[in-house]
Amino acid sequence: MDVSPTPLQDALREQARGFLETSASPTWGELAELGWTGVSLDEAVGGAGLGLLEEAVLHEEAGRATLHAPFWSTMRLVSFLPEADRRLVAAGEASWTLADGPLVPDLDTATHVAVIGGDTVWELTGAAREVLATTDATRPLGVVVGGDVSRPLFPSELLPALRARSLVTLAFEALGVGTRALELAIGHARARHQFGRPIGAFQAVSHPLADAHVELELARSLAWWAAWAVEEGDPLSGCAVASAKASAADAAVVACERAIQTLGGAGFTWESPLSRLYKRALGIRSFEASGEQLRAEVAAHVLDAD
Amino acid sequence: MDFRDSREEAVFRAELRDWLEAFLPDALRDHPGAVSTTDLELRRAWSRALHEAGFAGLTWPVAFGGRGLSPRHQAIAYEEEVRAGAPPHVGVIGIGMAGPTIIAHGTEAQQARFLSPILSAAEIWCQGFSEPDAGSDLAAVRAAGRLERDRLVLDGQKVWSSSAHVADRCLLLVRSDPSSSGRAGLTMVLLDLRSPGVDVRPLRQLTGEAEFNEILLESVEVPLGDVLGDVGGGWEVAMTTLLHERGTLGLALVARLDAQVRRLVALARERGATPLQRDAVARAWIEVQALRITGQRSLDALERSGAPGPEGSILKLRWSEASQQVTALALELLGTDAQLLPPNAPYGGLWPLQQLRSRGSSIEMGTSEILRSILAERVLGLPRSR
Repeated sequence: MDVSPTPLQDALREQARGFLETSASPTWGELAELGWTGVSLDEAVGGAGLGLLEEAVLHEEAGRATLHAPFWSTMRLVSFLPEADRRLVAAGEASWTLADGPLVPDLDTATHVAVIGGDTVWELTGAAREVLATTDATRPLGVVVGGDVSRPLFPSELLPALRARSLVTLAFEALGVGTRALELAIGHARARHQFGRPIGAFQAVSHPLADAHVELELARSLAWWAAWAVEEGDPLSGCAVASAKASAADAAVVACERAIQTLGGAGFTWESPLSRLYKRALGIRSFEASGEQLRAEVAAHVLDAD
Repeated sequence: MDFRDSREEAVFRAELRDWLEAFLPDALRDHPGAVSTTDLELRRAWSRALHEAGFAGLTWPVAFGGRGLSPRHQAIAYEEEVRAGAPPHVGVIGIGMAGPTIIAHGTEAQQARFLSPILSAAEIWCQGFSEPDAGSDLAAVRAAGRLERDRLVLDGQKVWSSSAHVADRCLLLVRSDPSSSGRAGLTMVLLDLRSPGVDVRPLRQLTGEAEFNEILLESVEVPLGDVLGDVGGGWEVAMTTLLHERGTLGLALVARLDAQVRRLVALARERGATPLQRDAVARAWIEVQALRITGQRSLDALERSGAPGPEGSILKLRWSEASQQVTALALELLGTDAQLLPPNAPYGGLWPLQQLRSRGSSIEMGTSEILRSILAERVLGLPRSR
């Protein structure tokens, strides 16, 4: 057994973090040039030929930077698309979002929209897009009105596999959000002095941060397991992705809330980076399924299966 | 990254599984684990058999009678023991804590004298660190070790010493410099519990069992040859012991929690569960998976650096809280039936006993408060609180 990130995964992380720290809002073309959009696509369509375990690293970094781009929306979908569409995504010439509910993410940035119609997932063209005001402005939701189902993309029977990818990639994004929030809290708790000591020396401050760290690390373990299980088609992959998304989203929300409390008034301002991180964490928690719904799936597997 | 056993690990797992299947005596199957005086000889014989088959001291160097295997093999052994319902080796403190400390700090003569009997269960060890006024604050140890010519003379009191009532030897921390305070002036001794002046008194705990003891020391003479490390160098030796306590034993705890959650699932299936209880069962199941993988991640770190890191505190902290939640949920599922003791109790009274026992889990081996401080200070880099 070997459950540590590989040198390749570490190198990807370092490169991604370095880039996002200097480039606050990269274009889709820039992300493609870095190899993000084709990271897990075959080399035959212009991808890097890596797997979900490598793609996962990029989702974590995207969460950390609250990236405003259709990266999650596209990546959960792309491996199911026809070859020509995969090629366009890898080249940075197309991005996608799937209208699998009334509220569709990334309509302000995605170039293509997919929609579920019966036993087929289609491309939707000619639809009017309305981007709605949402709490998380870095991944707004919107609605599509009208349009035509122009082209079949893949059979709907692949949607459960797509959902597994959605859940595991959201888990990694949540880890990036929560870990960044915790870092900000730690930095503040070390620097800010009250009563003649750094506030991090008070256990009423430090112990909740230790708990946030523990929850994030446990969720990280689940997320790696889930990514591996999806990649390998492990029989427990359904439980693994549900566990990972439920735990990581909750851990990220709690880490942000503890960070806001630790930073005090400064953490409560609109300008604080915690403002964006917290709203992204809340958005992730609401996407696909809540922790309660996901745990109900786990309970069904554990308690009802023969 | 691969969450399966490697080929070599799978071979080891199969070898141990077959051996346990063939040789575990029925009298010890599904043993609760704690050592009592009534079945001590049976447990010794079982531990000797484990040793003779090469399954004791897996991570100890071959030169000291171990197998020289990785901590990952130790983790597999914990899992297989739990799967078979086998009790651990009776010398769990000797193998997990005293032995590794003697390997790290002992003289050749001490290693030759003490290590082999630990593996063969000829000698059982306990640990004498805590005192009435030195619990979480270990540097407040006051038990005296007065240097007199070629010996230390011990006077004082130790408490909460697990297995001392069945042990032969004790890894004991004393203050050898009466003018010292804090971490200086401490000395570790390898105490023979049969020495004149040693009085071991079992303490009855919340569950009614007596797993731990107080040790009274009155003019107990210890030859200097039984001092581990330098006189005055006891703190460093004690830190080695505690690192091992929280390092690999966490994996044994997770293996046992896994078994406990399986029993909880069986109970919930049998008795039926409300939606809220189903949510709690799912949380427990998820927590076990998370702890299992986090344990494996800490093994990777251990293999790279050679020493367990403070991350091991995560396992101990969350294991204790999870075992409290799991047993509380079992009691809730059982309702008033959980009040019954054997012979009328369902499942032989296992759940109420384990629920009471779980309240000790967040106190022993480092309280949850101390573990959170370790994580805050050594992992997150927050300032010291004291």
